[in-house]
Amino acid sequence: MKTETHHHQFENPSVIGTILRKLHIDIPLFIALSLTASLSFVILYSAGSQDMGVLARQGARIGLAFTVMIVLAHIDPYQFKRYSALLFGIGIVLLAAVLVMGQTALGAQRWLNLGFFRFQPSEMMKIAAPMMVAWYLSEHPLPPRSKQLFIATVLILVPSLLIAKQPDLGTAILVASSGAGVLFFAGLSWWFIIGILASLTALTPILWHFMHDYQRARVLTFLNPEADPLGRGYHIIQSKIAIGSGGIYGKGWLGSTQSELDFLPESSTDFIFAVFAEEFGLFGCAGLLTLYILIITRCLYIASQARDTYCRLLAGSLAFTFFVYVFVNIGMVIGVLPVVGVPLPLISYGGTSIVTLLSGFGILMSIHTHKKFLHR
Amino acid sequence: MSRVHSIKDTQLESHLFLNRIMAAFIAIMLLTTGLIVRLIHLQVAGHEHYATLAKDNSIKIYPIVPTRGMIYDRHGNILAENTQSYSLEIVPEKVKDMDETLLQLQKLLNIPDEKIDLYQKQRKRQKRFTSTPLLLSMSDDEIAKFAVNRPFFPGVDIKQRLVRHYPYGELAAHVVGYVGRINEAEVKTLSAEEYQGSTHVGKLGIESSYETQLHGKTGYAEIETNVQARPLNTLNETDAVQGANLHLTLDMDLQKTAYDALAPFNGAVVAIEVKTGGVLVFTSRPSFDPNPFVAGIANDAYQALQLSENQPLYNRALRGLYPPGSTLKPFVALAGLEHNAVTASQRLFCPGYYQLPNVDHKYRCWKKTGHGAVNVSDAIAESCDVYFYRLASTLGIDDMHNFLQKFGFGEKTGIDLANEKTGLLPSREWKLEQKKQSWYPGETLITGIGQGSNQVTPIQLARATATLANRGDVVTPFLVDKIVSATETRKGPETHQEIIPLKKSNVDTIVSAMVDVVHNERGTAHALKKDFDYLMAGKTGTAQVLGIKQNAKYNENAIEFKYRDHALFIAFAPANAPKIAIAVIAENGGHGASVAAPIAAKVIKQYLQDHNEN
Repeated sequence: MKTETHHHQFENPSVIGTILRKLHIDIPLFIALSLTASLSFVILYSAGSQDMGVLARQGARIGLAFTVMIVLAHIDPYQFKRYSALLFGIGIVLLAAVLVMGQTALGAQRWLNLGFFRFQPSEMMKIAAPMMVAWYLSEHPLPPRSKQLFIATVLILVPSLLIAKQPDLGTAILVASSGAGVLFFAGLSWWFIIGILASLTALTPILWHFMHDYQRARVLTFLNPEADPLGRGYHIIQSKIAIGSGGIYGKGWLGSTQSELDFLPESSTDFIFAVFAEEFGLFGCAGLLTLYILIITRCLYIASQARDTYCRLLAGSLAFTFFVYVFVNIGMVIGVLPVVGVPLPLISYGGTSIVTLLSGFGILMSIHTHKKFLHR
Repeated sequence: MSRVHSIKDTQLESHLFLNRIMAAFIAIMLLTTGLIVRLIHLQVAGHEHYATLAKDNSIKIYPIVPTRGMIYDRHGNILAENTQSYSLEIVPEKVKDMDETLLQLQKLLNIPDEKIDLYQKQRKRQKRFTSTPLLLSMSDDEIAKFAVNRPFFPGVDIKQRLVRHYPYGELAAHVVGYVGRINEAEVKTLSAEEYQGSTHVGKLGIESSYETQLHGKTGYAEIETNVQARPLNTLNETDAVQGANLHLTLDMDLQKTAYDALAPFNGAVVAIEVKTGGVLVFTSRPSFDPNPFVAGIANDAYQALQLSENQPLYNRALRGLYPPGSTLKPFVALAGLEHNAVTASQRLFCPGYYQLPNVDHKYRCWKKTGHGAVNVSDAIAESCDVYFYRLASTLGIDDMHNFLQKFGFGEKTGIDLANEKTGLLPSREWKLEQKKQSWYPGETLITGIGQGSNQVTPIQLARATATLANRGDVVTPFLVDKIVSATETRKGPETHQEIIPLKKSNVDTIVSAMVDVVHNERGTAHALKKDFDYLMAGKTGTAQVLGIKQNAKYNENAIEFKYRDHALFIAFAPANAPKIAIAVIAENGGHGASVAAPIAAKVIKQYLQDHNEN
């Protein structure tokens, strides 16, 4: 392979550096990710009623996700850049296909049955969208002019709206924020950012009009959970009880009564943070957040060291999106954000999301470990 | 763009990007701090409040079980209802030592082991903190015994439950079926949500085939409870949708007449309303009382039913396979006329036996001395076997098979009951496939008189008779006439109708020959007491249970009862404008004419009397 030969030509004489470079693994990031994934097993064992089958399935997913991450880390970022537009185009076609003929699961059309396997195109968009916007903006001088800004906005809105239509609000938000992240790192003017936030507020009534009933109900519930304690507010109330009753030190591992007695719904998936907070208390939560911040900081560092504009923008956006993941999930579980279907990254049970997530880290590692070799 | 300019841009971009990284980092730290502040608010400031809530106060969702729909016959008689009964129930989470509790209860109330086993299985699939019945339909004695000892059994209590009851007992058991406790296999197939609070499900008969409609939709109550699951107050309720009531076409008066008339024989009677296909009588004798199955039948009682030589659990009307014997002859004769194998007036000679060319074997007529020269009407009226040997031989197995198939022989009737048997209408293909043998000419003869490999179910025979009475307008039998739910009344199953093209004159010939069976003095059922003023068309049949050797004599009194021939009779009336068609099979009854025909006549007479009065 072409990139392979380049390696050898520019090899660094330091031994450790050589090994790391050959593996294309960023050690600090890898350690932090492995730690978080291990935590996932600990808490899932408790939240999933001590079912070893749950752990085995999660283990298989995490194993696959780490493999995908390492494979992607070996690909030169130039290749990502080259195929950004193609990947994005395929993603859009697939999203449209899902709307037309996708399979319905739990009342939402998200899956595309390709005969041999089922596939969720919206997951792929979480990476393809920032790649596309990063590629487009990196082809032009920064900060972006209004024309590029307009096109970038369209590039973000089309997939986000297609996903929101499925309806999968959680993923739509993540895709939109990954695109917005690219714009932010590209140097979008502060005035513009303030303007967008203001107009979004003004647009709320219109957005409201286009929302599905259940999405509206979630927003209403968020605004006042106690108004409907049994229907829509049930999740939030039960999860607040779980977190609050955990206190500073928590009830200890396997000590969650809220999930154990079935009071807390979705305790292994979207609401797993509540179980974590109930069992490990404020200290545990602070520890987990620290772990997440370490991961994000490392990613931002990688972005700052990236070799070209495309890599910077993509790396910055992936780091930012990961934070959005954490913030939206924990925010909804502790009752400061409306309930949208976003899992707690690396911890929640199931979903293809863990593969997508680690694919992002694979790209970050690729950006970091390939930076010194190529200048095209 | 010049190279210098581009480099300048890159520097600017780098600088801008690093600024943004810093801004993002700061924003992320601020937002995370926000999360921590909120967590402190919940876990430190709010801890006491939420800890109390977690301990004392919680909300649980309880299913509201819908009341199962009732089942009525065509006159509104209740076939299945729900009665109040008392049951002994346990909330497993409130019991300290389950094994000990069950042991003590067993001692106190003499509970058989299998009920304990059943309970153990059932409680595993229940939601936490739900009450699961151990004993259903407790007797007063049991209630009293437990009430005295109740303080020693925390978590165990007497509850009122609705329990399925079948007032007609064994009379309708093979039609209505019964409900029973949900078993492990059913747990996997039933919707967990819908059956959360249900303990029973339809196992057999209408109860099973209309399970969805009878069950209704489960509702939910959201109830505030403390951690011991003691309900504090109901906050929100979604009502259950009660199960739909079913109105059957069955006529219980007629059913009883048929069931009683069949005694002392085992067998089946099926009667169908000719125009609609509605089943009036659906009797299988002997039968069983379905009521013990609801509470869970005791093992020894079940063993007794299963091992009984008379097989009361076997639904003969639906699944009993019998050779049709001579009851097949009118259909074979019609096949002959339609395919021009014979004309209505053509006479064939019966010397008492028939031989295929170059074969020694003698195919005997039931009348040893022979019938002489007979035409089709004589052959049906007198049930001449030789005539049908000759006819079958001319007609050939293929045409015979294809024609009989149109009347539903060898296929399911499609009645709205599960596990119907297909029967067997022999053909060349069938033999090649199943026995890997080619068809022998002799088999065509045997098939032509309804013996040999031929097998029909009583419902099949009744359907074919109704179709003949309907002059080729194929009848699909059904039991459920109306499904009445709270919101709507629906018709039962679609009765898809096909029409077999038949020549009127041919049908007339067959019908008048069948009238002769009953009303002409040559007829095989002529001895029937004709205390009615309409014409009845019928055909007797005798199905061999035991093969008789070439030269042996069949001596009814000399052979064991269980090897005696089955007595069959099919009929419809009034012959000129048929309203009811019937098939009767009396196992080991000996003769169709003397045993089966009077049963059919009795049912028909009662039906037409009731019908004319209305």
